[in-house]
Amino acid sequence: MSAPLLEIEDLSVTFNERMAAVRNASFRIGRGETHCVVGESGCGKSVSALAVMNLLVSAAKRTAKRLSFAGEDLLAMPEKRMAQLRGNRMAMIFQEPMTSLNPAYTIGSQLTESYRRHKRASQRDATARAVKLMGRVGITAPEMRLGQFPHQLSGGLRQRVMIAMALMCEPELLIADEPTTALDVTVQAQILRLLNELKDEFGLSILLITHDLGVVARVADSVSVMYAGEVVEHTTARQLFADPQHPYTRGLLSCIPVPGKSQRDKPLGSIPGVVPQVSVGFSGCAFRSRCAFADADCAGTINTQTATADHNYLCRLTPTRQKELARA
Amino acid sequence: MNSPAAIEVRDVRQEFRVSGGMFAAARHVVAVDGVSFSVPAGRVLGIVGESGCGKSTLARLILGLLAPTSGDALVYGQRLAALDRKARARLIQPVFQDPFSSLNPRQTIQEIVSLPLVAQGSFEAPEITRLTNEILDRVGIARAMATRLPAELSGGQRQRVAIARALIIKPKVVVCDEPTSALDVSVQAQILNLLAELRREFNLTYIFISHNLAVIEHVASTVAVMYLGRIVEMNETDVLFRSPRHPYTRALLDSVLTPEPDLGIPDVGLGDAVPDPSRIPAGCRFHPRCRMAVERCQREPPKPDLAAPDEMVECHLANQDNPFQLVGGQYAQG
Repeated sequence: MSAPLLEIEDLSVTFNERMAAVRNASFRIGRGETHCVVGESGCGKSVSALAVMNLLVSAAKRTAKRLSFAGEDLLAMPEKRMAQLRGNRMAMIFQEPMTSLNPAYTIGSQLTESYRRHKRASQRDATARAVKLMGRVGITAPEMRLGQFPHQLSGGLRQRVMIAMALMCEPELLIADEPTTALDVTVQAQILRLLNELKDEFGLSILLITHDLGVVARVADSVSVMYAGEVVEHTTARQLFADPQHPYTRGLLSCIPVPGKSQRDKPLGSIPGVVPQVSVGFSGCAFRSRCAFADADCAGTINTQTATADHNYLCRLTPTRQKELARA
Repeated sequence: MNSPAAIEVRDVRQEFRVSGGMFAAARHVVAVDGVSFSVPAGRVLGIVGESGCGKSTLARLILGLLAPTSGDALVYGQRLAALDRKARARLIQPVFQDPFSSLNPRQTIQEIVSLPLVAQGSFEAPEITRLTNEILDRVGIARAMATRLPAELSGGQRQRVAIARALIIKPKVVVCDEPTSALDVSVQAQILNLLAELRREFNLTYIFISHNLAVIEHVASTVAVMYLGRIVEMNETDVLFRSPRHPYTRALLDSVLTPEPDLGIPDVGLGDAVPDPSRIPAGCRFHPRCRMAVERCQREPPKPDLAAPDEMVECHLANQDNPFQLVGGQYAQG
């Protein structure tokens, strides 16, 4: 495997030096790969992505052993250089396309801004590229859209505009934070198909943040499952669904109704309680308060275990041991 | 059908007048356009559809929060719009999507949950306290939380409070409008399980509205698929999921992303036309997005086959031995 495009090692983010939002998260994204970060709200997915882009609020503090993009060290990078990467070689799309587009500017001016700035292109060249990309992402009558405002477009169209905007400067990395959560299911499928096609066409690497394991199964090459700021399981998509190891991953999978698969008269599997807020200095397994297999040792240090070469998880117990305990 | 219909909706239509802005003429939006169905007591009717299809308007009509432009919505034979609020509250209660905005932020949990009883004016204080405690226990809210404010609770706990408030008065029908959409997956499962237990315990009838087909499949006994204000297909859940007859139902089912790797992302094939309730297409309202549409679909709106109201479908191609047999899709093997 060639050198990964994005390497994250032991990334931690704290807020006001009290709350630990991300704790020693590590993952890497190869070129042309889609990596999904999945977890429930408050588990640190979005904060991890913002930490990569260096877009955290000032109350947040970012530390890491290693944070590199295409061989460049992001940790030591001056903000001026970072600004040259952002929107140019790494781009981001957000969940809510209404709030991330500026309602006071036309689609055209928002689409061309980054291209003119980063590539020092003329308005004319930028507009030509915008029209071409809008056509590519499936926006009908692109010339007409240039003069329209965000509120004149549907949610699906707005998300396509966001994608076109992110692609303007031909980024190497696209970070997509819940890109389809606000959309209807039929539109969700269209947008995900589009992202997949663009990945192949432009050789993009995609970091996709989602809470939806269905989306993960269908688009991811590799996956990190996050819980309370930690990556609790990291493997390929196929491996994660075929042989999940961490009790949280297993619990999460049992919670989702699957048409034709889950039994309708039986209750769904569920995980009691809610995701805890973790403060700085927390030790042990953060899932232990909700885990059916937890015992006193779970409050101690938990080491990463390896199931197969590309499958790690953060739990003392193997699935075989979990099954034994479940029977007992 | 032997059991009496808990809910009977007859040709209900709801129009809204939408101002077109300073220079444009006002437009009429037909949010619900001639919807009829009945739900036997103790059953769960799931209503699915995309945003803007009229499912929430239909919920408000059934709850009696809106008086229909024409047609009737009856709950246990009574026209809700004609009932006084107290009587209506004893029959039917809502659980809404967003537990952050559906609870009064300045009232304690206890005040919120007991309000339906207090409003009736016929319950004594000790009984109100007893019933409040009982229902809070039942939905899994600790007594210690009764004196807290909604802001101190998690999303799942708030939705439990909303459920307690709906059930404290022992209604016969509960309308759940996207009750788990704002919740995390693990919490969604807890709430769905709770709603299922309570339905059996209190012998409730549910209208369950969701855009999530997997959730609908899990909870509903009958499913109605809405498109631009009309029900385009309705059937027993098993049948509808196994052999959908309307192309729109098929597209919706195909777009469900089940957690199965290697299946890829489905090509739903609905095109880019966005349904707009203020400009409903002539003929079959789905035809601009339908990949199977024929000439007739542009001219003539399909009529449901009234012979079998329990398995209705509104599609020209479904009502004949059609050469456009719907094939493929992940549920076809069923």
